[in-house]
Amino acid sequence: MSIFINGQKCAGCRKCVEVCPGNLIKIQNGKAVIKREKDCWGCTSCLKECKTGAISFFLGADMGGKGSVLSVDEAGDERKWTVTAPDGTEKTIVVNTKESNKY
Amino acid sequence: MSTGLNVETIKTDVLIIGGGTAGCYAAYVLGHSGKYDVLIAEKANIKRSGCLAAGVNAINAYITEGRVPMDYVDYAKNDAKGIVREDLLLSMSEGLNEVTKVLEDNGLVILKDENGKYVTRGNRNIKINGENIKPILAKMASGQSNVKVLNHINITDYIVQNNEIYGAVGFDVNEKKAYIIKAKTVLAATGGAAGLYRPNNPGFSRHKMWYPPFNTGAGYAMGIRAGAEMTTFEMRFIALRCKDTIAPTGTIAQGVKAKQMNGLGEIYETKYGVATCERVYGTTKENQEGRGPCYLKTDEITKEQEEELYKAYLNMAPSQTLKWLEGGQGPATQNVEIEGTEPYIVGGHTASGYWIDNNRATTVKGLYAAGDVAGGAPQKYVTGAIVEGKIAGQSIEHFLDEENKNDSDKYKISDKDFESEALKYIKKYNIFLENKESLITIEQAEETMQKIMDTYAGGIGSNYQYNETGLNLAKEKLEGLIDVVESLHAGDMDDLLQIYEIKERMTVCFSVIEHLKARKETRWHSFAENMNYPDESDDFNKYINSYSKDGKINVITRELVDAKHKLLFSFDDNNNVHFGGDV
Ligand SMILES: Cc1cc2nc3c(=O)[nH]c(=O)nc-3n(C[C@H](O)[C@H](O)[C@H](O)COP(=O)(O)OP(=O)(O)OC[C@H]3O[C@@H](n4cnc5c(N)ncnc54)[C@H](O)[C@@H]3O)c2cc1C
Ligand code: SF4
Ligand code: SF4
Repeated sequence: MSIFINGQKCAGCRKCVEVCPGNLIKIQNGKAVIKREKDCWGCTSCLKECKTGAISFFLGADMGGKGSVLSVDEAGDERKWTVTAPDGTEKTIVVNTKESNKY
Repeated sequence: MSTGLNVETIKTDVLIIGGGTAGCYAAYVLGHSGKYDVLIAEKANIKRSGCLAAGVNAINAYITEGRVPMDYVDYAKNDAKGIVREDLLLSMSEGLNEVTKVLEDNGLVILKDENGKYVTRGNRNIKINGENIKPILAKMASGQSNVKVLNHINITDYIVQNNEIYGAVGFDVNEKKAYIIKAKTVLAATGGAAGLYRPNNPGFSRHKMWYPPFNTGAGYAMGIRAGAEMTTFEMRFIALRCKDTIAPTGTIAQGVKAKQMNGLGEIYETKYGVATCERVYGTTKENQEGRGPCYLKTDEITKEQEEELYKAYLNMAPSQTLKWLEGGQGPATQNVEIEGTEPYIVGGHTASGYWIDNNRATTVKGLYAAGDVAGGAPQKYVTGAIVEGKIAGQSIEHFLDEENKNDSDKYKISDKDFESEALKYIKKYNIFLENKESLITIEQAEETMQKIMDTYAGGIGSNYQYNETGLNLAKEKLEGLIDVVESLHAGDMDDLLQIYEIKERMTVCFSVIEHLKARKETRWHSFAENMNYPDESDDFNKYINSYSKDGKINVITRELVDAKHKLLFSFDDNNNVHFGGDV
């Protein structure tokens, strides 16, 4: 499991570089790249930090991954998580950051 | 120094190593009172570093209405079959509710009922939205004017002379720069150790583990090398987790009351006992005896419950929600498969770590420990780690007040001695940067260590079981790996970081092996499954402790400390530690 950074969307702002708990992202030619994709913990800190939506997250095949990606978008108190399948179909879940977990 | 690592020297009153849960809170406490300068040295960035990066699901340690702190002590003691420090657990439990309130005041969302009371989950938990708990703590720490934060600095060694600490040495994980930090007191708050054993997903997803793969046991290793006394490394922690994603199971088990079920559809949940170690053991046994795979039986939950689970997991372990959605089958249609993880050493869940007194002082003068790095008090969780950070912060302040009263010269080591001691460690960094490239890579060395531990020291591959012959072989093989690790080449600072991570894990492994050997009984199934001694023995109603001297690990035993007796350390003029207090 790891992250995928879309170079076209990346603005090179370094926010993800700063925040990764494993120091796994660097800037190369003005764009963020992951140094060692096998070393990603999957904490999604970088996704939450990125304001351009350049980073998404996927499960390796060894975890049952089939190529879908998870991305997140923040607006006010809401975090919109989207799972996009390889064929483009999307499923969205909105989590209100001011609401507690029910469980 | 030809590779030209720039060296910067910094002086501070208090050095906090690791700006995680305990470290941030200690800085907040010391900052709030404002008397002393505090420096946090953090290998990542305190905003999202350590255990709390993805968020947490609940406050797992809380004294709910009608309960008292001693109930929590009893719970933790029973779960660990008696091998706990009751004094530490009690002082921790007494502070749980207060720090929870402080977190809430600083923005943590806690679920309340119509009367404004916290909604509980079981007897000890309260429900929260813990996704942003780390940014909250980071802000509390860095918001204090006398707290300075150095992000992306990996600390590797303490500077200890004659059993007293004077500071630490580290390096920038990106830039070619080393740091010498001179400090009057040091707080170790580096968390526990992951990556000692071969993980559940050893391939592409090797870092999809429960415990942060970036907490590599630096605090334990530095303490071991400095001669600090350590306790209960043999009580390893193995988590019962959702298969593949290694996401927590408690949310499902407690939230929707799902039971553990084997491949034959039988509920095996209470067959093996309900202690944390027995839940893992039960699942391991069912698999070993051909009744796997094992599940949490969720296929009876409603669609609404399923939606809530999706959200709850997004707030702490998003990979699980992705897995459900990607696979097209959520928990309402498909039971959730579970498995045990590889063993971790983590003093917030079991009792492994520094042997500390009730003030959270270690046996090295001026060195304190809090959170997962500190031993004796299992079931700490996030609030317990925070209370320990608070107690340590207060003790450090008291220690500095006393030192100020007693003599004016707090830096008893001369600047010259300090510097030359520090430069020895920095020289080691340069050696790795200058080593020639070889066919053996950092990755190979790490995998070899993990394979040795897995095979001979009770990893997943050996169903967590081990015996003395195997442990001796593990030691021998790890010794053979030392030279390989020492000759690794660091092309840049990121390589250097990875090399030091392996080095500290190896140091921890050697201690774990000695502890596993020394407890000649099986008190905790799976956590310490000694095949030479498969039964529990009253002879081992005591702690196994150890300290290193001249490179050799010495194992000792100590009598149990109960809640009525608080252990307090004092140091004589020669800095020898004495155990006192009410013991
Ligand atoms: C995935 C996960 C989920 C959890 N969920 C819950 C939950 O729902 N409820 C609950 O109550 N508890 C939960 N816990 C337990 C709780 O989070 C931990 O017990 C607690 O956060 C530990 O705090 P700590 O300060 O000891 O470690 P951490 O918070 O991990 O801090 C250690 C810090 O030290 C830094 N560091 C390490 N080595 C070095 C070095 N050499 N130099 C400089 N810095 C270094 C790390 O980067 C990190 O920032 C969970 C733990 C995990 C791992
Ligand atoms: S998901 Fe977490 S560990 Fe992985 S790259 Fe992003 S911040 Fe780093
Ligand atoms: S946070 Fe996003 S935009 Fe900024 S560097 Fe990272 S990927 Fe690029």
